[in-house]
Amino acid sequence: MATFRIKRFNPEKQPEPYFEEFNLDIADGATLLDCMNEIKWTLDGSLTYRMSCRSAICGSCAVKANGHALLACQRQGEHLLDNDDTITLEPLGNMKPIKDLVVDFTPFWDKINKVKPYLEPKDEAPAKERHQSQEEFRIIDDASTCIMCGACYSDCNTLEVDDNFLGPAALAKAQRFVGDSRDSKTLQRVQDLSEPGGIWDCTHCGECVERCPKPARPFDRIKEIMTVALENGVHNNNGARHALSFTNSVKRSGNLNENRIPVESMGFFNIPGLLSLIPIGLRMLLKGKVPPVIHHSIDEVDDVKRIFKELDQ
Amino acid sequence: MKFALFTGCVAKGATRELMLSTTKAAEGLGFEFVEMKSASCCGAGVVSEKSPLLADALNARTFSIAEKQGLDIVTICSTCQGTLKKTEAHLNESKEYKEKVNDILEDGGHQYNGTSRIKHFANILATEEGMARLKSRIKRPLTGLKVAAFYGCYVLRPSENSDFENPDNPTGMEDIFAALGATPVYYPSRVKCCGFPIVMMNKDASLGMSGNALVDAIDHGADVVATGCPLCHLSLDSYQPEIELLQKKNQSIPILHLPQLVALALGYTPTQLGMDSHIVSTLKINQILSGSVSSSH
Repeated sequence: MATFRIKRFNPEKQPEPYFEEFNLDIADGATLLDCMNEIKWTLDGSLTYRMSCRSAICGSCAVKANGHALLACQRQGEHLLDNDDTITLEPLGNMKPIKDLVVDFTPFWDKINKVKPYLEPKDEAPAKERHQSQEEFRIIDDASTCIMCGACYSDCNTLEVDDNFLGPAALAKAQRFVGDSRDSKTLQRVQDLSEPGGIWDCTHCGECVERCPKPARPFDRIKEIMTVALENGVHNNNGARHALSFTNSVKRSGNLNENRIPVESMGFFNIPGLLSLIPIGLRMLLKGKVPPVIHHSIDEVDDVKRIFKELDQ
Repeated sequence: MKFALFTGCVAKGATRELMLSTTKAAEGLGFEFVEMKSASCCGAGVVSEKSPLLADALNARTFSIAEKQGLDIVTICSTCQGTLKKTEAHLNESKEYKEKVNDILEDGGHQYNGTSRIKHFANILATEEGMARLKSRIKRPLTGLKVAAFYGCYVLRPSENSDFENPDNPTGMEDIFAALGATPVYYPSRVKCCGFPIVMMNKDASLGMSGNALVDAIDHGADVVATGCPLCHLSLDSYQPEIELLQKKNQSIPILHLPQLVALALGYTPTQLGMDSHIVSTLKINQILSGSVSSSH
């Protein structure tokens, strides 16, 4: 017998959410969604959640199980049991619960819309389709697999502390168009995406890649946009300056010059940014934690320089 | 046991106490760590923002150096570990890509064959052999000390590149703490991000993340947080006085590098391990261990 510990919430009856436990025998091969349906149909009809296709295609049934977002229809109940034969179910994170396991997706959709998730083609529509080569399609194929389930958005570490972040799903969707050979607005797109709340606010935690039930892997897509932004000369922001300063440091010495990177990332004319470095700099100086003033290169640095040269970097 | 030590840049720069304590921990454990002095920076997932191929070529060169020595690589930084493993995965994904990278390395006399494994320091300890070695050499059990792990994202995600058994709910670090005689503290934030990668871009969000994690550790009764990543250490220790959430609560918590914690149990003194160079005082740890102050929770 398994225990389902489910976070219940009905603001019309009680302002605070609470956990309720249901006991259920998990049928052989039953998905988590099958179990939720069984609870709803046989134990408590008021249990509320979204569902539709039961085939990991529609993206409706994403919930948090044992603290991590997943598609309820994509995982077997038995595989999610913890050591106490319990599965804890909660609504997705980073969005407001409406009732039980249903959350308000409004900010999620607003952010998807913000990245202009449609083609802005180069020229008039041809009589038939616009052609893409296999190679051109491959660049946008992974992002195209997103089913908008919100699992990545739920577990995004940046969104937990900053609502302004566009979030992994919208940025993966953005890559779908930044990388599209038929689109005419690449430069404008990467400029917009380099603003605060965009690609450079991603903290590299990899949660979105882990939660994504499809090959969309948002963090990988965010990295691809970063590369396109840098290639297109969109350098006037701390994220781009940081990437360039970092890479140049490795080019010069094979390793990082930690004294230069913060200053170069802020930008030499960014007075508030530079001032913000003073407290941490002083603290570290007083404890002798400052990197060596004379920066040493690695042994055989010439080979590293050769690799940079060979790759035109 | 002999390993090629990939120090990473931060252990040679802003957190030299990590290098110092790694040397002591290796000595105490009877590991031979040979420093890879000609290896380049791993790129920390940042060089790959500029050029993924460049980042992979540089790291493949690093692998080749270890292969020539016939050694597996040990890392002491979660970010280095995750970044190197990512390159390894790319190289093993397609034969064509591997050949392309090897063509770039050829003129420098290098070739990647994939014969050296890449392991984080925590992962060489969290094996049967590592644990047995650890337990047999402990001189000063960390009895009474409540230690909260902070793993560092890169060593856990993507999970297919992680050496931890269950990257969503790992126990490797906590198993090490228990072997040292300490009491592991489990708390949800232990697998989250410290915020360091965006401290230059979005400082408020960055310190929000580290603040939430540290408050979580404190609320779960931790005396100290131990991390396997010097970037997490910078975020959690060096930036700690600027974390508003902790300021408001008038709280602070010392942060140790994993090798410091290990070497402490192997009998080295805090000064030998550079624990006096931290921004947040580590004195409380010694007081708890000497029994003059009881665990604060």
